Order: sequence, then structure tokens, then C-alpha cells
Amino acid sequence: MRFLAPLGLFLVLVVFLAIGLKKDPHEIPSPLVGKPAPQFQLPQLTGADGATFTPKDMQGKVWLFNVWASWCSSCREEHAVLVGLAKTNAVPIVGLDYKDQRADGLQWLNRLGNPYTLTAFDADGRVGIDYGVYGVPETYVIDKGGVIRYKLIGPVTTDALEKKILPLVKELQK
Amino acid sequence: MIPELGHYALILALLVSLVQGILPLVGSHRNNAAWIGLARPSVLALWLLVAFAFGCLTYAFIVNDFSVLYAAQQSNTQLPLVYRIAAVWGGHEGSLLLWLLMLASWMLAVALFSRQLPDAMVARVLGVLGLVGAGFLLFILTTSNPFERLLPAAEEGRSLNPLLQDPGLIFHPPMLYMGYVGFSVAFAFAIAALLSGRLDAAWARWSRPWTTAAWIFLTLGIALGSWWAYYELGWGGWWFWDPVENASFIPWLVGTALIHSLAVTEKRGCFKNWTVLLAIGAFSLSLLGTFLVRSGVLTSVHAFATDPRRGIFILGFLAVVVGGSLTLFAWRAPKTGLGGAFSLVSRETLLLLNNVILVVAAGSVLLGTLYPLIIDALGLGKLSVGAPYFNSVFAPIMAPLLLLIAFGPIARWKQSQPLDMFKRLRPAFVAALLAGAILPWLMGSWSPLVALGLLIATWIVAATALQILERLKAGAMPPRAYWGMHLAHLGIAVFVVGVTMVKGYEAEKDVRMAPGDTVGVGGYTFRLLGVHAVPGPNYSAMIGDVELSQAGKVLKTLHPEKRTYATSAMPMTEAAIDAGLLRDVYVSLGEPLQDGAWSVRVYYKPFVDWIWGGCLLMAFGGLVAISDRRYRIKKLRRGEVK
Repeated sequence: MRFLAPLGLFLVLVVFLAIGLKKDPHEIPSPLVGKPAPQFQLPQLTGADGATFTPKDMQGKVWLFNVWASWCSSCREEHAVLVGLAKTNAVPIVGLDYKDQRADGLQWLNRLGNPYTLTAFDADGRVGIDYGVYGVPETYVIDKGGVIRYKLIGPVTTDALEKKILPLVKELQK
Repeated sequence: MIPELGHYALILALLVSLVQGILPLVGSHRNNAAWIGLARPSVLALWLLVAFAFGCLTYAFIVNDFSVLYAAQQSNTQLPLVYRIAAVWGGHEGSLLLWLLMLASWMLAVALFSRQLPDAMVARVLGVLGLVGAGFLLFILTTSNPFERLLPAAEEGRSLNPLLQDPGLIFHPPMLYMGYVGFSVAFAFAIAALLSGRLDAAWARWSRPWTTAAWIFLTLGIALGSWWAYYELGWGGWWFWDPVENASFIPWLVGTALIHSLAVTEKRGCFKNWTVLLAIGAFSLSLLGTFLVRSGVLTSVHAFATDPRRGIFILGFLAVVVGGSLTLFAWRAPKTGLGGAFSLVSRETLLLLNNVILVVAAGSVLLGTLYPLIIDALGLGKLSVGAPYFNSVFAPIMAPLLLLIAFGPIARWKQSQPLDMFKRLRPAFVAALLAGAILPWLMGSWSPLVALGLLIATWIVAATALQILERLKAGAMPPRAYWGMHLAHLGIAVFVVGVTMVKGYEAEKDVRMAPGDTVGVGGYTFRLLGVHAVPGPNYSAMIGDVELSQAGKVLKTLHPEKRTYATSAMPMTEAAIDAGLLRDVYVSLGEPLQDGAWSVRVYYKPFVDWIWGGCLLMAFGGLVAISDRRYRIKKLRRGEVK
């Protein structure tokens, strides 16, 4: 009987590993969900006329806040999905170009298409700290009252968009 | 064309490995000499096919064939040739192919150097290895084909992660894999012994050199990885308890236990079942490590892109290999005899303690590594387990083992007189106590942990020296295995000194420096002369000139670098290290600040190189041990008969 013990132990381990496979270790609950989005004022990426952006500008609208950077390869993956989403006009997307060079950011948008209503430029990453940016890209769903309702770490996929983000946006827009 | 040939060779290799895995096993069961005889030739065929496939992939990298998807992802034309070749195993697909090549090479080595073994035994061992190889080939062909085409071809490749663009990368993974995969030989010997029902001293003796050889590679691989992290990551640390590091360290601990337990099984015939279990365990944990790294179930700095199919495949493979062997164990082990009796104080008891401690230590590291996954699976939330857990659990478990090192070799088999042992080791005892009391005080400050570390190191060195002198006085030169053991134990002492001194006396400063500023640490003064830009082959670098001086005397100028690679925006830190036998001085550039100033980190790390020196000494001890003539003696006799 005791010779079966190693096998038993191993089987328990396999069960845990199998469950672990289904979980995503990068999916981290954000303490910001359910809280008002941190306020800030930043220049826009275009840099034209000293235009700035603050979350107050979006008061009364449901919007997506997408953190990206030209140096981030996963952002390239999600970019096409975002461009597709922008074409449907389902929800406004505000970008945050995080720890980037202005010229690089602009060139990236010119080349790959610009899905953003506007992009705020966070050169030193100060706003990223307030939002607890953990890895670029990240996407927040913010409701009409300026409260963060959902946070997605990692690239936006069609799957995440259809199953999570868009239903939530529709719900919030009612 | 050439990538297709490589792909085709892999498919043929799968067929060959199935032949090798099935026919010799069945043949040795039925005593069919023809089928048994298939084992060796099929190993040679398998090795040639795998080596050919590996060559094809390497060729694609050398000639920048970006119509091969994997090459386009891992390499680009800007990369110097050595790094293009090293890039072959820089990603998932290539590292699996390298893994397979190593497995085939170990098989070839077993086939060549096992002439003195009974043919049926060799056939079983090679058969088991063939099945393992078939599993990996199936994995590569179904989920991780390195020869997949990218049509139309990319004009330029994406380039290797700059973090990996370093000499450390050329040697670290191959070494580590040689160790991981090497345990498959000990595993195959154990399974073969279980299958044949011959768990005896001969089996233990055959397994020993192979186990030690794998252990040497693993030791070197882990040490290289640690050294690489130290000079490349720019944080001055040498071990981070990262899941991937742990994945290599756990098999090392169990492998170390296996080496010691094999000694008992060979000499005294005891612990047979335990030894078999350790042999299965060491390889299973190597596979588990592969699963953890390749499936992405744990977050780690060594993040590879993950594909869920891969995780499922490896888990299934793990379940079949480990589940199957543990079932075989549960079935066969009860029939094994117990071996010679021994009393409470004996070398057997000490080696049993060694095993228990090493296995408990491995278990606690495993638990810490898997804990986040278990808690998440139970739906209890997200957490991570970091260095504080490992440091506070691991060190207290290992400390008694380090004290016992000196007793193991001096104790007699079966029964030993405790009083006699203490009497013979008394001078070492005194020396250790004195060292613990005085040395830390001479270094400037006394603390209990430093005292304990130096006491342990002195104890090991002094006790080892006493035993060697005693043995030499008794006449007759001891065999190489004896020297190997003592060298490895001395390696532990050297390692302990390194860890203790670094932990106890390292100093670091993280400061803002403008050109002309100075900062002092550990009795050294650093003056930042300036930072200037220099272009590299495929990166641009900011190189700092930092003048190092001691007591007003200028020693040298150090050149820490901050590199920005063309293909990745992530800047890389290349620390400048002035290495020395008794201390390293370490400077790394942080971020550029306003007005030409930089954030600069400086470290003073006493005895840090002893950490890796100790590992080298351990590995060298292993090498000396496997060169012992008793592992070759049968071969010579056979030659004489001819």
C-alpha cells in the first residue's frame, strides 16, 4: 500500500497542474475596479496647440482607456483589433502613449492606423503609476460617472472584445 | 528545401525512436536476441537523424533564411554569427530540438560506453530512453515544429531578445539541458531494473557514473545561469528564486540525494526502493520543470510565448511517463529485499539523513514554486511567493546537512563509534568554533549568521583535511572516487564562504551622479568621468567612464554600458565588474537624468566569486569521481580475455 503513496501524490499534483493550465497567471485583479478613474491632465500626443486631455472630458460617456507604446510588440498584436473596433463606432477609445518618444508614437499611428479618439502622451509614465500599469498594453472600461468597471492586462483580442468588453460597454451605455 | 529535409529527418526519427522504444523492450522480455540487438543500431540512426535536423535548423540561421518562421522570429541579419548560431536555441522550438539532440547524445553515449553491461539490460535502458525520445519528437512535430515556413518570407527577422544576446546564452541552456536530460539515463536504468526485477548492487554501480555526469552538467548549468544573471541583469544579485531557476534547482537537490543514495545501494544493498524512487523523481522533476517553463502556468522573467496546446501536451506526457513509472514502482517495489542491516550510528544512517534533508529541501522549494498555482486553482486568490519565503525556509533546512557533511565520510558502514568520531574530529571542531568567533570580528562586525556560515565552512574544510591526512598516513593511495567526494564537499565550503560574506558584508549605493561626482562604498571611491555614446554592431550604447580608486590611489577605469538595440526599445544594462579573488566591485548605469547626470548603482561584493568557484569545485569533484578506475575495470578485463 505504502508503495502507492508516490503515485497518489503525483496524481494530486497533476490535477492542480491541469487546473493551473486553464488559469492565466497574468490576470491580476485590479484594486481600481469599482473606483473612480484617477484624474490627470496630460498633453495630447499630436502636441498641436498645447491641447491637453483629462478624464473629465469624457464625463457622461462610456469609454475605453487603452495604454500602449510604440516599443511594445504586444501592442502591435492588438492594434488591428482596436482599429476594427474604432470603425464600428461602438465606443470611443482614448489612448495613453506610455513612456514613449513623441515622434515614435506618431509614426506608429501613421503607419498602423489610428483607432483613438485622441491619445494622451505620458512621457515619464507618471499617469501609468496612478493607474497601476503593470505591463503594456492594458485596457480600462470607464463608465459615464468616471468609474473604472473593468481592466484587461495584455492585448485586446477579438475574443475578449466580444465576450467581455462589448457586452459590458452595452450594459453601461443603457 | 533544406528545412523540409530537416522536418523529414524528424519524422523519420520519430519512427526510429518508436522501433527503439518497443522492439528491444519486448525482445528483452521474451529473450529474443535479434530484437535486443536492434537497440544499439537504432540509437545510432536516431542520433544521426536528430543531429541532421539540428544542422538544418542551424543552417537556416546561418544563411538568414527568414522563410523559416522560427528563424524570422529569433534572428536577424544584424546579429553577429555566433549569436545567430546561439539563437537557434533562443526560443521554444529550437530549445526543444536542442533538448532532443542532447537526449539522443546521451543515448549514443550509453550505447557506446556500456559494452560491459548485459545486452538485455542495455536494450531495456535504451528502449526506455527511446520512448522518452518518441514523446519529445511527437511534441515537437505536433505543437512546436521549428521548420514551419513563413511564406512569403520575411525580409528581416525580429531578433533575439537582447537580454539573451550574451555569451552566457551560448553555454547556459545547453549545460542545463545536458543535466536535465542526463537524469533520463538514471531514470532509464531504474525503470529497466524494475522491469527486469534486478534491483541490485550491479544496477547501482552502472547508474552511478551516469547520474554523476548528469549532475555535473546540471551544477555547471545552474552556476552559469546564476553568474549570467549577476553580470547581465545589473541588479547585483546572483539568485532570485525565480520559478525557472527553481525548476532547475529542485532536480539538482534530488539528483544530489540520488548520488548519495546510490552509494549506499551499491555498497550495502540497502535503500533500493528509495534509490529507484529518487531516480524516477530526479527525471520527473526535470520534466515538471520543462512543463512549468514551457506552459506558462507560472509567471517568470523567462517568459516564453505560450500556446495552450503545448501545456496540455507536456502535462499529458508528464502524466504518462511519471504516472506509468510510479505505477510500475508500486507494483514491483514490494518484491524487493531490504538489504543489509545497520545500527543507529553508521554511515548508512548519515546518508539517510542526507537524503531526508535534501528531499525535504527540494519539497519546500517545490511547494513555494507551485503555491501560487495551487492557491489560484483552489480559487483562493492571486499571490506570489518570493525570496523571503525561500530564504527563511531553505537555509534552516540545509544548515544541519552542512554540519553533517564532515561526519559522513568518517563514519563506518554498519556501525560506527560516535565517541571515536568526535575524538578524531576534535581539532576541526575547535578550529570551526574559533573561526566563527574571531573571523567575523576581524572583518569589522560580528553577526550570528556570518559566524554560523564561517563556522560551517571552516568545519567542513578542517574535518575534510583531517580525514585526508588520516587516510594518507594509513598508507595506500585512496581511489579517485574518494578525492572526488572530498573535492565536492570542499566546493560546498567554498560556496558557503561566498554566500556568507556577500550576505554579511556587501554594500551598495544607488545615487545620482553628474560628471565629476564621487561616491564611496566598501572602502572604494568611484568618480564618474563622463558618459558618451558609442555605436555597437546592432545596438547603440551609452558608455560611462567610472574611475575606481582606493585610499587615494587610482586603480582602473570601469566602463558600464547602457545599450539600446535597434530591434527592441528595452534598454539593456551591461554592468562593469572589477572581479577579484576577495571581492568584486560592480558599477551599473541606471537611467539618464537631467543635465548629463545619471543614476548609478555601485556595489561592493566581498567573496562573491567564491559562490561560482564553489560550484566549479563541486562539478570538478564529480568529474574526478567518475574517472575512478572501478567504473572502467570490467572493460579492461574483457580486453585481457581477448
